[in-house]
Amino acid sequence: MFRWIVARDLKLAWRSRADVLSTLFFFVIVVSLFPLGIGPEIQLLRSVAPGVVWVAALLASMLSLGRVFANDYHDGTLEQLLLTPQPLYLVVLGKVLAQWLVSELPLVIIAPLLGVQFDLPPSTLFVLFLSLLIGTPVLSLIGSIGAALTLGLRGGGVLIAILILPLYIPVLIFGAGAVDASIISANPQSHFFLLGALLSLSLVFAPLATAAALRISLE
Amino acid sequence: MLEVTNLGCVRGSRRLFRDLNFSVSPGSLVQLQGPNGSGKTSLLRIICGLATPAEGKVYWRGENIRAINEEYFTSVRYVGHRNGAKEELTSVENLRISSGLEGVAVSDRQARAILDRVGLAGREDLPVRLLSEGQKRRSALARLLTCRTTLWLLDEVLTSLDTAAVQLMKSILEDHLGEGGMAVIATHQELNISAGSFQRLELSS
Amino acid sequence: MSRKINWYKYASPAAFYPLAGRIIPWFAFPAAVLFAIGLYVGFFVAPTDFQQGDAYRIIFIHVPAAWMGMFLYVLLAFYAGIGWAFNARLSSMMASSLSITGALFTFLSLVTGSLWGKPTWGTWWVWDARMTSTLILLFLYIGFISLQSAIEDTRRADHAGAVLALVGVINVPIIYFSVQWWNTLHQGATIRILNKPSMAPPMLAAMLIMLAACWFYSVAVVLARLRCIILEREQRAAWAAEATI
Repeated sequence: MFRWIVARDLKLAWRSRADVLSTLFFFVIVVSLFPLGIGPEIQLLRSVAPGVVWVAALLASMLSLGRVFANDYHDGTLEQLLLTPQPLYLVVLGKVLAQWLVSELPLVIIAPLLGVQFDLPPSTLFVLFLSLLIGTPVLSLIGSIGAALTLGLRGGGVLIAILILPLYIPVLIFGAGAVDASIISANPQSHFFLLGALLSLSLVFAPLATAAALRISLE
Repeated sequence: MLEVTNLGCVRGSRRLFRDLNFSVSPGSLVQLQGPNGSGKTSLLRIICGLATPAEGKVYWRGENIRAINEEYFTSVRYVGHRNGAKEELTSVENLRISSGLEGVAVSDRQARAILDRVGLAGREDLPVRLLSEGQKRRSALARLLTCRTTLWLLDEVLTSLDTAAVQLMKSILEDHLGEGGMAVIATHQELNISAGSFQRLELSS
Repeated sequence: MSRKINWYKYASPAAFYPLAGRIIPWFAFPAAVLFAIGLYVGFFVAPTDFQQGDAYRIIFIHVPAAWMGMFLYVLLAFYAGIGWAFNARLSSMMASSLSITGALFTFLSLVTGSLWGKPTWGTWWVWDARMTSTLILLFLYIGFISLQSAIEDTRRADHAGAVLALVGVINVPIIYFSVQWWNTLHQGATIRILNKPSMAPPMLAAMLIMLAACWFYSVAVVLARLRCIILEREQRAAWAAEATI
């Protein structure tokens, strides 16, 4: 049953490829904007790189969140999902997984390329990749709570951002911190443990909150 | 089997209805009538468990539906105002996915047979967004036929259908009721259907 | 023969409205008195700190405001949660009322913290753990208030706010820890910037009196706002029409 949701959403994403690619382009453009705003001095760029890439990932993930439930809400499939015998927790998990695969995984893969723009050494590029790999699922999971709470409301994307960005801060701190540590040749291990802890916590609790929020929004 | 006791509903600051009591037994049909905004949709959503009533309870086989959530959902099908189909997918895909989510595996051949029955033969491989309103409605109704569920909750399903489709829907309903199913339908069209028992519920605003 | 008070009847907005009205003066007047005493002790009686001079005195507003911001957020989450779990409208209204006062206290704490930082350290803003956490708390409040004002259906607004507040309150320790972590990583050898001076008894007294004053003030103001919210939501009921006349 879980795979039905994931497969369905993946198929839908494939049929509207343009939407999906736009998130990726946004990420690339935002990251590339920073050097234009800050200046090309390579030392400076290297030190701001972790923060820049991570904040861009946060913003890009915010953009794609609006889509997670909105389409299903408007064509009536969301209420049908609430009426299946499947636990809503699994349905939510399936949708979040599909959203991550489609919107965030491309970011994770392309981030090391962008890191090259900031003259990051290969070991740091790997740490960047890994931190995003562990961190972006947390962004999707927490973000889905915001998406579920704001279903059908005006002010859409900005409202989700106001709700969710404060909750993203720990992920940002540990994720960017890991890359930072790697730049100064310190051990990023503790950051990864903390990221992993956040991932486990959000895997367990976030879908519960999202499920509750969906029921509330659909009443 | 379905029992509604002392049901009350408030939407925003408006009281829609209160002290509603009725029960539905196998083979019976309940028609909800009333002007727009009188609470027909809200009542259907309360019965299917999407909305919580302001007062009162809904019982299924003697148990509060809030307590037996998943079990209740296996016996109920709800067709609301919106079609509940993904516009980018074809009717066949939509049908197979929705029944897969309900836990019933429907093969490609079975799906096509059902869509044929509702009059969509030849159109089942078109993305739903290319269908007319009436055809989209037929596609939504196909969901009722994928497996035998006991209680059907239908909200204004006859509106976009042409006369032939309305006849089709009525015969499907008769079959369902004949097999011991139940239905609560909100519609202002006359339903001349033979049913075990027939109740008309008038909601006034 | 003792009279048993039926507390449950006060769970209805209509019954709580007059009760709240009677309670408010009992908190408003003491609040004014406590503020006067607290500010007097803080600004005139407490000794000048040998490290920070007289500028430190702003902490008598800054610290109680910060604590109130935190307490009220937890209280808000509690009431919102109760309102959601038991469908208790009055609890949800209480949460909405608390949110504004809590946000204002948090904002006040940020402003006074900024005023403290300028003479003491030379900058209007410092990114230390406490100030940053307070800023994030303000964002959490703003999120709650924005969400509630974006949703027209009051029931959905109440319950959605409850989910957000509960998620927020669980995250607050995590956020606080992560900000501390971030701060220690980037601080290096710099001294902890906004350190409270070691507390002489008059300073402690002033702090506690101000805190009490803030509590009394909060009760009075939150109940007063609650009465307004009750009137707004129950406007169709007959008793409300009479009450507004």
